Amino acid sequence: MSDAGSSAATRRLDCIVIGGGHNGLVCATYLARAGRSVLVLEAAGRVGGAAVTREFAPGYRVSAGAHLLHLMPRALMDELGLAGQGFTYAGRDLPTTAIAAGLAPLPIGAPGQAALQAVSPRDAAAYPAFSARLRRFAVALYPLLDSIPPRLGSDAWTDRIALLKLGWRIRTLGRREMRELLRIIGMNAYDLIADELETPRLQGALGFDAVLGTNFGPRAPGTVLTLLTRLAAESAAGSSPLAQPRGGLGALSEALAKAAVAAGATVRTGTRVARIRVQADRAVGVVLDSGESIDAGTVISNADAKSTFFKLLGTRHLDTGFVRKVDHLRSRGLAAKLHLALDRLPSFPGLPIAALGGRLLIAPSLDYIERAWDHSKYGECSSAPTLEITLPTVNDPSLAPAGRHVLSAIVQYVPYQPAAGWAAERARYTDVVLATLEAHAPGLRSTVTATEFLTPADLEREFGMSGGHWHHGDLAFDQFYMVRPVPGAAQYRTPVTGLYLCGASCHPGGGVMGLAGRNAARAVLRKAA
Amino acid sequence: MPPNVSPPPHFRKPLLETPFHARARELAQTDHFLPWAGYTTVEVFTSVEQEYFAIRNATTLYDLTPMVKYRIAGPDAVDYLNRLVTRDIRKLKPGRVSYVVWCNDRGHLIDDGTVFRLGAEEFRLCTAERQLDWLLDSSLGFDVEIEEVTTEIAALAVQGPTSCFVLKRFGLAGVERLKVFEIGEYTAGGRPIMVSRTGFTGDLGYELWMRPGDAGSVWDDLMAAGKTRGIRAIGSQALNMARIEAGFLLPNVDFVNAEHTVRVGRARSPLELGLGWLVEFDKPHFNGRRALLEERRRGLKRLLVGLDVSGNKPAHNALLYAEQAGRREVGSVTSALWSPTCKRNIALALIEAPHYAPGTTLWADIYLNRELVWERRMARSTVVDRPFFAPDRRRATPPADR
Amino acid sequence: MAAVRSPRGRRHDVIVIGAGHNGLVAACYLSRAGLDVLVLERNEYIGGAAVSRRLYGDFTYSNCSYVCSLLRPEIMRGLELPRHGLQIIPYEGGCTLMRDGGHLALYDNHDALRREICRHSKRDAEAYERFSTDVIRQCKFIKPLLMREPPDPTSFRPRDLMELLYLGQRLNATGEDRMYDTLRFWTMSAADFLDEYFESEIVKAHFAGSSIIGTALGPRSPGTAYVLLHHYMGDIDDTVGAWGFARGGMGAVTQALSASLQASGGCIRAAAPVERILVKHGRARGVALASGEEITASTVVSNMDVKRTFLDTVEPEHLPAEFLTAVRRFKIRGSSGKLNIALDGLPRFPAIPEGAPCIRGDLHLTDTVEMMERAYDDWKQGRWSAAPYVDMLIPSQIDPTMAPEGEHYMSVFVQYCPYALADGPWTEAKRTAFGATVIDAIARQSPDFKSLILHAEIRTPWDIENEVGLTEGNIFQGELTMDQLLFNRPVPGYAQYSTPLAGLYLSGSTTHPGGGVMGAPGANAARRILRDLGRAA
Repeated sequence: MSDAGSSAATRRLDCIVIGGGHNGLVCATYLARAGRSVLVLEAAGRVGGAAVTREFAPGYRVSAGAHLLHLMPRALMDELGLAGQGFTYAGRDLPTTAIAAGLAPLPIGAPGQAALQAVSPRDAAAYPAFSARLRRFAVALYPLLDSIPPRLGSDAWTDRIALLKLGWRIRTLGRREMRELLRIIGMNAYDLIADELETPRLQGALGFDAVLGTNFGPRAPGTVLTLLTRLAAESAAGSSPLAQPRGGLGALSEALAKAAVAAGATVRTGTRVARIRVQADRAVGVVLDSGESIDAGTVISNADAKSTFFKLLGTRHLDTGFVRKVDHLRSRGLAAKLHLALDRLPSFPGLPIAALGGRLLIAPSLDYIERAWDHSKYGECSSAPTLEITLPTVNDPSLAPAGRHVLSAIVQYVPYQPAAGWAAERARYTDVVLATLEAHAPGLRSTVTATEFLTPADLEREFGMSGGHWHHGDLAFDQFYMVRPVPGAAQYRTPVTGLYLCGASCHPGGGVMGLAGRNAARAVLRKAA
Repeated sequence: MPPNVSPPPHFRKPLLETPFHARARELAQTDHFLPWAGYTTVEVFTSVEQEYFAIRNATTLYDLTPMVKYRIAGPDAVDYLNRLVTRDIRKLKPGRVSYVVWCNDRGHLIDDGTVFRLGAEEFRLCTAERQLDWLLDSSLGFDVEIEEVTTEIAALAVQGPTSCFVLKRFGLAGVERLKVFEIGEYTAGGRPIMVSRTGFTGDLGYELWMRPGDAGSVWDDLMAAGKTRGIRAIGSQALNMARIEAGFLLPNVDFVNAEHTVRVGRARSPLELGLGWLVEFDKPHFNGRRALLEERRRGLKRLLVGLDVSGNKPAHNALLYAEQAGRREVGSVTSALWSPTCKRNIALALIEAPHYAPGTTLWADIYLNRELVWERRMARSTVVDRPFFAPDRRRATPPADR
Repeated sequence: MAAVRSPRGRRHDVIVIGAGHNGLVAACYLSRAGLDVLVLERNEYIGGAAVSRRLYGDFTYSNCSYVCSLLRPEIMRGLELPRHGLQIIPYEGGCTLMRDGGHLALYDNHDALRREICRHSKRDAEAYERFSTDVIRQCKFIKPLLMREPPDPTSFRPRDLMELLYLGQRLNATGEDRMYDTLRFWTMSAADFLDEYFESEIVKAHFAGSSIIGTALGPRSPGTAYVLLHHYMGDIDDTVGAWGFARGGMGAVTQALSASLQASGGCIRAAAPVERILVKHGRARGVALASGEEITASTVVSNMDVKRTFLDTVEPEHLPAEFLTAVRRFKIRGSSGKLNIALDGLPRFPAIPEGAPCIRGDLHLTDTVEMMERAYDDWKQGRWSAAPYVDMLIPSQIDPTMAPEGEHYMSVFVQYCPYALADGPWTEAKRTAFGATVIDAIARQSPDFKSLILHAEIRTPWDIENEVGLTEGNIFQGELTMDQLLFNRPVPGYAQYSTPLAGLYLSGSTTHPGGGVMGAPGANAARRILRDLGRAA
């Protein structure tokens, strides 16, 4: 490969991180702390990837991608010293409330015990035990998220020990619990939840957490795994993990960037990488859109696997079988994002003001979620979608003009490409979502002054995620752990020496968690050691 | 076939007929036919010995039409093929042919074949087995078109010491200037014919590529042109004898497509098959490169070698032992033949390390059916170099007329 | 069907509840080991769901299970079933009829098959090689596990540890790539799995069929790739994945087993419904029949599914509460119906070319995976599928014993049909309407079909439960989902054929390795019992 005009840098860089998303920044920080010279290259004008805050209507700002922080382990945030980088919370320990048209809102979790008792004494008795058991499993599984997946069939001791540790960890749960974990881990969320609980709204709320960001309905086997993965990450994020950073998720990204810089890394925004440079079968740097070429000993891509291998690297550096697997990686988006500028706070009947600052779920039953999914299977938008709603301005008025509010909702399920095409469907579907909101908060529509609806295709364009997929690839058993994103790249290393992945398409997947970034840094450092 | 009669449906007659079939059918006295890549082909016309000696002494016609042909063209065709196969296709000039192999990610052989460079961005790939699935998956990320063109081209191998003479008489003026692995475009009797100096016999020989509609008349004219030179049609059995002498490998005999192996450990790398000379590590990345480098670093676990077997009974399917007592099994024979030309009992065999070094003595466990009584023979065998037969006339340009 | 009666009041070593194929397999092995075995069958006829029934004229219906592939060859051989009259005749191919008048057939001949698939996609014809290679690779790994007891991963007993080690080593020996393949194969949806091979909708739809048969999941549900594999695990005379007819209908399987059992001295009593399993001092000691008669035995083997065994036949006080909860939570879902039809001639299917042999194989009407998934959506809503997936065969074309000459027997397996309808219980009218849905669907591909119907038996899951005794009419005695396979089948900690009640064992397909007329659960159960009794198998 001939690349004229290599940069005249005085010293060759150790590491380039392509993409300043949260995982890229976490990875950069750990590498820099280990003494590596690190350059982060971000295409957008600001860091953060899908964890950004931006204006969507004059004076109204919103976390354009993820809108809540609940998966990033407390210990990771402490290690990164985010508090020292100006990171603060606008709200912590936020409640979750299940809302259903015509029914009183039901707070989920410990604060909702009394309300649950009124609805179903049976569930009030069963739920704490059920939830505690899931939490025990989650805690046991957490170390899995926080480590590099082992390779199967390898004769390396690190892999063997990792496998043995995994087995041992499950055994230490005790025989009964281990049996139960091994039974439920392959189950579908629908059956697991319906076996234990009877209140549809409570079932729906749990089911929603099991399928958020997966292209499956709650009846699909494997959705207990996704639920446990989420709970495992949350278990390390605190006992009541839902939080809202002050200034939106973008503020978290900025703090992460500052932490990276403080550790010695350089962050360049507005710098799009055109391709990864390969010489003698190893990654040796990148070429920017501008034509500038930057050399580095190691290149780490925070982009998703498909973008990395197909666009940045090019299939010619890879073997056919591997390329085939990357091509088969399922990463078609399924969730959209709705942003509304409101001229006053909406009112959900029966919902206390305090709950408005938390997470509101419209997923009134498991069947409701399943039906919402059924539509998307055929390239249709759900006629009754599930929604995760936040009103970030309740906790953080700085996001909107005084007295005005922002509503941010994740809408599921929305196909990547509806059969009728987005040009035809966008207005109609925005209307379906607004009507759904209106049904739960009468009068809301009349307060809307601006609307932004980001389809998976829009998310793909704005954040550069293949397919606009929240998690850079479905979370499912066959795309999990040792086979995520694909066999042969599940240890963050890729077949091309010197090229690593650190984004959400790697284990343990998406959500603003940061563990993929830290694990990737470990993989880079392990290799060097 | 009479006009306006549609051929029987595939569920009644699964095998297709090549454009030469009617001619071949007439000559196939022994009625031995064999399916090959979806076509019915002749296994033996009259007598394997006579057909074999025609390859080594005169001129033979072999119907190559079932050979699967792909047209590969586009701006990325060179890069695509270079990533697909182990040889450096950048070095292949237009108008030339290269023998190639291709591997999966693990560096195990999928198939072998020949690549014809027809132009700057146009190639033809010929293989014994269908490969479209792999070829298309390999094209992800390349600006290249791949199309199977097997039915659009009829092909005939014209091989033997007098083959050049026969082709000249047939009307291919200047064919004698064609060098080994070179392609020439000719016209004979108004029929455009592409000729490549390639073949599977290890002897002087050519392969003719033509429009299917011309096939019958080309066959007839060649037969007429070669009449005084003992031309005859040959079946796959005679060809198989010649290819063993030449040391060429046959899929599903000497190796199995690695992507189709069901059992663990049945896939073979080109290094193990003695095709290391086809693997060019100093070109850009190609399929299996990393695995092959690793294999080279670790050393070969086994190697396909030539074997000189004592006695005159071919060592078909024989297990090989390190000592006469037959205790330590070290490999097995994949192809075996009493070579009528070399007057040697030869074989191709896959042998475990370290027993594959040239000169090593091994013992072949041969079973003989002698008037329905089975006898077992431990035949002393020696590892030898391939090929067993490589006459100078194979490369001579211009070739002699006789 | 004659059953050999045992003298009343005699004490037996073993009582087997249910003369289904697995119960009989277990009985045969136990009897051959020298035990005195009595099999009790509640119906007038034996066979469970492997029966040949005369319900109309001179026609023989395989009115539950209808084709044979999975029956383990080692069982056929070990129990000398061929000597006792069992003949399995393979059939060729199969075919999916398309709504646009086209079709995709499967042919045994490699070249005919390639050209057939080529009509739909040249690429798929070649991808088929990769598909079948991968499926056979997985079968090769799984097959030896069928006839073994799944280890308990929570146990430290040497036997379980050794078995786990064996499994680990077997898996490890397949190499890194195939281990990942296995991991993915066991957890993927059939739709996603097939997408990795094929581009043509009809090709995908044809192969997706076996991923939903008997299963309350759609082709897009994870885990259905395994169900697809489950249907490929059988073989006939070493042809992997081949299916055939038992000559004389599926009852021939259980008749041969019955003959084999009698030859070794075992007894069968038909029309002897067991009402209760007798328990004394915490162990099973016999059974009480509905008639009030009590029969004692030191070992009781239940061939009923786990729910029927423990929720209906054992008093709950003999069982740990936790075990009962687990049994209640075991998913046995009715999702399949069946039509058995006597025809006054061979129906014409214009989509099938004249003379194509595929008409002798399994015929299908679902030409896209989406159509299959929509059929599943109906089931989820508590309706039978408006456009159901059917697996229909006309065995009388091959097996002359099934119908009078010139007339034909057609077996139509229907997916999906719920056990419980959203709009209230099954009625005669609803059953007829369900049958009409299926018959109309077939008639759309066969103009003369309706006029040929002489008799049709329509069976909903509810009917199958009532007649055969399978909970919800589920043909596998329990869903074949990840959480209900291997050491989880049927109940974690009780996946080795024993139960919390000493002396009581399970032998049905509710246990590992699950359903289909395979016989492996019965054989495995017998081996376990003999080990517990300190006898060599």
